[in-house]
Amino acid sequence: MVSRRQFIKNTGKASLALWLGATSNGFANTAFIIDAPSNFTPFIKIEKSGKITIFNTKPEMGQGTFQSIPALIAEELEVSLDEITIVQTSGEKQFGSGQAAGGSSSIRGNYNEYRKIGAAAKEMLIKAASIKWGIGIESCYAENGKVYSSKSDKSFSYGELIEEASKLELPKEPKLKNKSDFKIIGKSIQRPDIPLKVSGKVEYGIDVELPNMVYATVYRSPVIGGTLKNFDAAATLKVPGVIKVVEAKRIVGKYNYSGVAVIAQSYWSALQGRKVLKVEWDTHGYENFNLSDYENKLRNLSKEAGVIDKNIGNVESIKIEPENAIESFYETPMVAHHTLEPMNCIAHVNGDMLEIWTSTQVPSAITGSGPNDLHSQIGIKPENIKLHSKFIGGGFGRRLYTDYVIEAVNIAKQIAQPVKVIWSREDTTQHSALRPMTFSQLKGGFSKEGELISFQHKVISPSYFDSVGSSFDKSKVDAIMVEGIGEQAYEIPNIKTSYVYADFHVPVAAWRSVTSSTVAFAHECFVDELAHKINKDPFDFRLQMLSKESDTKRVLLKLKEVSNWDKSLPKGKGRGVAQWGFFAGLCAHVVEVSIAEDNSIKIDKVIAVIDLGEVVNPNNVKNQVEGAIVMALTAAIKPGITIENGKIKQSNFNDSPLIRIHETPEIEVHILADGGKIKGVGEPGLPPFAPALANAIFSITGKRIRKMPFDLNLF
Amino acid sequence: MKTLWAYLLKYEFYNCLIFVFFCLIFINLKLYNKLSCIDKCHAFHLLKKQYYMAIINLKINGKDYPVDVDPQMPLLWAIRDFVGLKGTKYGCGIAQCGACTVHLNGQPVRSCSLPVVAVANKNITTIEGLSEDNSHPVQKAWIEEQVPQCGYCQSGQIMAAAALLSKNASPTEADIDAAMQGHICRCGTYPRIKRAIQKASETKPSKE
Repeated sequence: MVSRRQFIKNTGKASLALWLGATSNGFANTAFIIDAPSNFTPFIKIEKSGKITIFNTKPEMGQGTFQSIPALIAEELEVSLDEITIVQTSGEKQFGSGQAAGGSSSIRGNYNEYRKIGAAAKEMLIKAASIKWGIGIESCYAENGKVYSSKSDKSFSYGELIEEASKLELPKEPKLKNKSDFKIIGKSIQRPDIPLKVSGKVEYGIDVELPNMVYATVYRSPVIGGTLKNFDAAATLKVPGVIKVVEAKRIVGKYNYSGVAVIAQSYWSALQGRKVLKVEWDTHGYENFNLSDYENKLRNLSKEAGVIDKNIGNVESIKIEPENAIESFYETPMVAHHTLEPMNCIAHVNGDMLEIWTSTQVPSAITGSGPNDLHSQIGIKPENIKLHSKFIGGGFGRRLYTDYVIEAVNIAKQIAQPVKVIWSREDTTQHSALRPMTFSQLKGGFSKEGELISFQHKVISPSYFDSVGSSFDKSKVDAIMVEGIGEQAYEIPNIKTSYVYADFHVPVAAWRSVTSSTVAFAHECFVDELAHKINKDPFDFRLQMLSKESDTKRVLLKLKEVSNWDKSLPKGKGRGVAQWGFFAGLCAHVVEVSIAEDNSIKIDKVIAVIDLGEVVNPNNVKNQVEGAIVMALTAAIKPGITIENGKIKQSNFNDSPLIRIHETPEIEVHILADGGKIKGVGEPGLPPFAPALANAIFSITGKRIRKMPFDLNLF
Repeated sequence: MKTLWAYLLKYEFYNCLIFVFFCLIFINLKLYNKLSCIDKCHAFHLLKKQYYMAIINLKINGKDYPVDVDPQMPLLWAIRDFVGLKGTKYGCGIAQCGACTVHLNGQPVRSCSLPVVAVANKNITTIEGLSEDNSHPVQKAWIEEQVPQCGYCQSGQIMAAAALLSKNASPTEADIDAAMQGHICRCGTYPRIKRAIQKASETKPSKE
């Protein structure tokens, strides 16, 4: 809190504004523009003119936080979204270390905290008005950015109240609105970023243009792990527009790479220069690596016991008759993020100061002072780093990494001007960290009475934690790689989940819904196999393992109803079901398929139920789930990424194709938002799709798919 | 008057020159400030060192933009980095994703794969030229259907949809699939793109 004296002192300076926000212990706080407490995170700024600014700390990559975070604050503050100015933060210190978007966490992590900030501000403004009018606060109410008196027709705009409000104590426990009074939350209000995106005026990192800016492209070792021996830039430097050729170092998790950057007056000139650049790489030990060999290694590793993740009951001592036991092996590929905006970053090093313009999911990791933040990798003090965080042309986990920022900074250190480093599509495909493959061994056992009494899921894969840091303890489970497999709601008396580590020299990344995007395929297809083993309907089989009340049970019951599962399908049609609950949230799909004239599988419809607890913008949630399903469809049926002779084989959308409009099925999304635990939106729609599709294909062809990707034309 | 001029010429000649010089700078600065950001960017690039013999005239959204570039440079980079219109996007560089789509004499083309020399003095329309205020029926429908997520591909999608509707006012679903399947949306907004085109087709698009 600031004192009255500070207030008077500050009014003489710049613009007077009431700032409201949160301290590290989560409480709402207030302060003036200067002398704010050090741990104060401002979220609302109300100026005397009546202008209200709400700061959004969660980068916008398509998921809608540019609206949804301010919406939570505006709802309680009683201002419409049209009346506020939304400012995207750029990793500034005062906005704290939570300026990052990932793990579907923006809303589920802070739903009530953001509302409390708005509610506290509103309570103070109401109290200020009641003091000015000399009436009780019960006779005042806030609406549309004003405080009204219910005893007369008088009103104050918020701007008129900030001086009085600033003298007030903070409400310790601001009262939150009843759900039934919501005007913004739960309504499908148009997103404020969409007009910008429809006019072409929205600015992504790649669109930033600075005076005196130069461009760079980087030639990186085609063989992953190759190191730079030497380069000859003589021909490159003769290309018109080329200015300089320098070494460019990049760090990806625990890996250090070196490339050669061609700096030029235009990106096109830089590309021409790169074509004639001669580089020698030392690829010893890496040039004979083939992914098919590595996959054989993973298959062999499945014989190892691995490290136990969850062990419920006693799987080992249960006696299962051979005819009551089944075992299956599932495989998934590596995939690329393929954000449509390729990697790019502008960096300008001026003395010991660094300025960065880029699209990133982690502004806080670029400006932060933590041990693993950017400063530790580039040797520039965090207080000297200024970031301009731009709209993101696709994240999906790729932009959780800052390797492209590190590389741009290392190039910028070698030239006085701001430099825009653009990765070509080929660069982005071949030099980005990838979602690793996971192989799964599953075992199930029934009692003589046909009860599922034993379930085992062992994941064999490279390790995410091993890739991002060198301190991974291989005697422990990588929790990311067994994500969700020990947490399904099915009531099975004996469950064992485990993990077998596989050494890998290729950087691996989180990819939308992380490991759930692969292990859910194995897990939920195997549940289908178990149902068919005892001739049970796969939907009923799941529900029978859900006797207790749970979110999973509610979602499946809703899905059974909206998909008309109880009605039999017309002849020639099949369907499959799958669900997945994990850290990010919970979703279940029914996929309906038929066999087309050319004997290929046609996906007729996808019906999804996502459980959120609370929903901010239903139309946006539907868009997210539709998108997650399309992305899941690509991962299910389009080729993944492969490595031959140490090089990534795919380079662009011609050899790493993505789903297109004519391949997109009809999608119907239902939202459950009837209270309960608040869950995420961006990722949960993805994991259940591939297993629901594979289960649907089994229902119509009798062929069990145990490997992704699978071809819809081969049935 | 005559004596005044004679006096000035005799005794204040250099001061006069300096005065006129500053007047000219002042007028130029005034004019420069009136330019849009895009024109400034273009002016900035024209001031850059010249490397190529020929200046190629690009006619974009009804305006002339002479650019001094490698004649083989793809139109995309000329539009983005020399003319300064950033709405047209780089996605793949090999005509696979459609993010760079612009209209060439009304036809949708991939600007990443067209050398500038091939399009000199031809009518090019970019997303910025579709409308000034999102008033094109396709843009309106895109907002109504809340199509974009990250938005990066949407300039190209909208340009393709506008071109489709200018030829075919009421496309069937198959027509939409055929016209739009060259466009990738990694966020997966395809169901909405389809709905928005159907919606825009009901509103009968005006000719661009």
